[in-house]
Amino acid sequence: MVTSRKGAGGKTAAAKKKAGAAGPDLVQLLTPEGDLVEHPDYSIDLSPEEYRGLYRDMVLVRRIDAEGTALQRQGELGLWAPLLGQEAAQVGSGRAQTAEDYAFPTYREHGVAWCRDVDPVNLLGMFRGVNNGGWDPNEKNFHLYTIVIGSQTLHATGYAMGMQRDGREAAVIAYFGDGASSQGDVNEAFVFASVNNAPVVFFCQNNQWAISEPNERQFRVPLYQRAAGFGFPGVRVDGNDVLACLAVTRAALEHSRSGNGPILVEAFTYRMGAHTTTDDPTRYRSSEELEEWKAKDPIMRMRSFLEKNKYADEAFFTEVDTEADTVAADIRARCVALPDPKPISIFDHVYAEPHPLMDEERAEYGAYWESFEGAH
Amino acid sequence: MAESTTKTQQISLSKGLNLGLRRALEDDPKVLLMGEDIGKLGGVFRVTDGLQKDFGEARVIDTPLAESGIVGTAVGLALAGYRPVVEIQFDGFVYPAFDQIVTQVAKMRARALGKVSMPIVIRIPFGGGIGAVEHHSESPEAYFAMTAGLRVVAASNPVEAYWMIQQAIASDDPVVFFEPKRRYWDKAELDPTATPYPLYASRVVRQGTDATVVAYGPMVKTCLEAAKAAEEEGRSLEVIDLRTLSPLDLEPVFASVRKTGRLITVHEASVFMGMGAEIAAKVTEKCFYSLEAPVLRVGAPHTPYPPSRVEEEFLPDLDRVLDAVDRAFAF
Ligand SMILES: Cc1ncc(C[n+]2csc(CCOP(=O)(O)OP(=O)(O)O)c2C)c(N)n1
Ligand SMILES: [Mg+2]
Repeated sequence: MVTSRKGAGGKTAAAKKKAGAAGPDLVQLLTPEGDLVEHPDYSIDLSPEEYRGLYRDMVLVRRIDAEGTALQRQGELGLWAPLLGQEAAQVGSGRAQTAEDYAFPTYREHGVAWCRDVDPVNLLGMFRGVNNGGWDPNEKNFHLYTIVIGSQTLHATGYAMGMQRDGREAAVIAYFGDGASSQGDVNEAFVFASVNNAPVVFFCQNNQWAISEPNERQFRVPLYQRAAGFGFPGVRVDGNDVLACLAVTRAALEHSRSGNGPILVEAFTYRMGAHTTTDDPTRYRSSEELEEWKAKDPIMRMRSFLEKNKYADEAFFTEVDTEADTVAADIRARCVALPDPKPISIFDHVYAEPHPLMDEERAEYGAYWESFEGAH
Repeated sequence: MAESTTKTQQISLSKGLNLGLRRALEDDPKVLLMGEDIGKLGGVFRVTDGLQKDFGEARVIDTPLAESGIVGTAVGLALAGYRPVVEIQFDGFVYPAFDQIVTQVAKMRARALGKVSMPIVIRIPFGGGIGAVEHHSESPEAYFAMTAGLRVVAASNPVEAYWMIQQAIASDDPVVFFEPKRRYWDKAELDPTATPYPLYASRVVRQGTDATVVAYGPMVKTCLEAAKAAEEEGRSLEVIDLRTLSPLDLEPVFASVRKTGRLITVHEASVFMGMGAEIAAKVTEKCFYSLEAPVLRVGAPHTPYPPSRVEEEFLPDLDRVLDAVDRAFAF
């Protein structure tokens, strides 16, 4: 069993209760009511400022996400995949990473991107339809969003094998969903990571749904237990508990960084919104279920924790809300200003070396499109 | 028979498929539907809406999220005597199943010396024009058409969809069934008591005398609109809906070209190595002395499908078709 790295910064004296009600299968450090609980293998001890920082991150990413949905509704984006409900899993795991670590996201990791200091407007390009990715993955060690389910887990594993060969003091984190766990690619990634002892953390956000299909359509054994069959450890963490997500992911990354090979983290969470803006979840799930999970809201519990321990006052919460509005306004302004690509740009970057057909077609289509200019 | 299968009605293409699948499920207890989100949700395009409710979870199966698994288990079910109809959610997601389709589905019958068949239908919504993010707008038909052992068809309108899906299911060969996703909500009048046109046959959908335009799937409508516009300019275009891509049914195309002397092929897929190339070669061979101009091909450039904000320029449209017609006449 892995142990956690202590949080950096000054110690605090928040009261801790004995083992949470979450059960032995689920690592929880903060209850839905906002009380700290002890866990035999994991702990967290942050400064008030760091606790506030996690809260701020979650509020900001929820606001960015809401802006994404709003922009889609107003026709500024073609589609948006909301992270609503998954803020703790993404911020906790995102803040656990160092700048040297490398993340391979799905299409929903807006909160992880935030923690990796990726400009949120970069994320919007693909959803607006002005590019098919559109950022340099190596700038922030944050790979492009991958839409094809599961593929990125193999890329992450290969990247980790590269790091391993170069002796880099870093690990890779591969994000994927509960639905993705059925894909051959994901299971092949487990095999490759295992036999190569690759430094990769497989981080599954089990948000209970793969579009309309619940967990039982994908697996009949808790996901984290699957790791054992592949020969590496697996741990399930309360995905709505940002402190547990941070502690568990820190420990997992450290496990992989220090040569112990892969590890699977299953963050047990809930997709509170639609799958994407084109989805209608009322067709397949009950409002009772949604209400149940709303009571476990990741942001509310962190707020209760901060209030109960007097780590933050009303002024702080107001300040964060104001900042969220500012961030959202900035993103909106820059999103709507994103220009449509020029049609001729579709020929750019397809090949590294000259390609005669590319040149021929660029000239042909260029002349054709030009003949319409002004007419449009 | 239920009223829905006898009464003349206004249907969308999605509904046409839905009714066709319903009828196939009613007619043959061995027909099964499999795919991601096809049960309660009714599929992302609602093609299977209500079918799980009426036929149960054993016949309308929400599968795990794994395309290779979907097609691979369909192979086993076919060996066990079933007729699986699998849904691939979007064109760009068929590739995890590519190996199963081209290596197993396509070759099983020949390897077993004809002792087993693979009556599997692989439904794939294809093509662009819906403003989607990447991998949701592709036209992969040529990959499948070039694989021996597979039959490949593409429906172009609601009525065709209704009949063709049933015929594909009845076929003892595996059929890759392409559905024009941007036409899912187009409407037409269906008479379910009519006699269907054969599945593996192309069809003249507009008579003309000056040039022939061949298309399939979503581009048939585009070409019909182009023909209308051309008529206003005094040019008469004959439009052929290819319908079947493997086998190709080119006799009606040869006959048309012998009459018009000009041929334009149109598809959303890349011109390079697209279906148009095969048609052009065959027509050149069979109609060489009738041709007044080389066969011209309209399609996509050899680039990845672009971000949606430029797909309008990327996709063949009425103007591109008419431009090719002009070039054929200018030759
Ligand atoms: C290979 C492939 N098949 C199908 C899809 C369509 N699709 C997009 S998201 C999704 C469900 C994914 O569920 P999960 O892995 O749980 O991730 P979540 O969306 O819940 O974050 C499906 C089926 C796809 N993108 N890629
Ligand atoms: Mg999920």
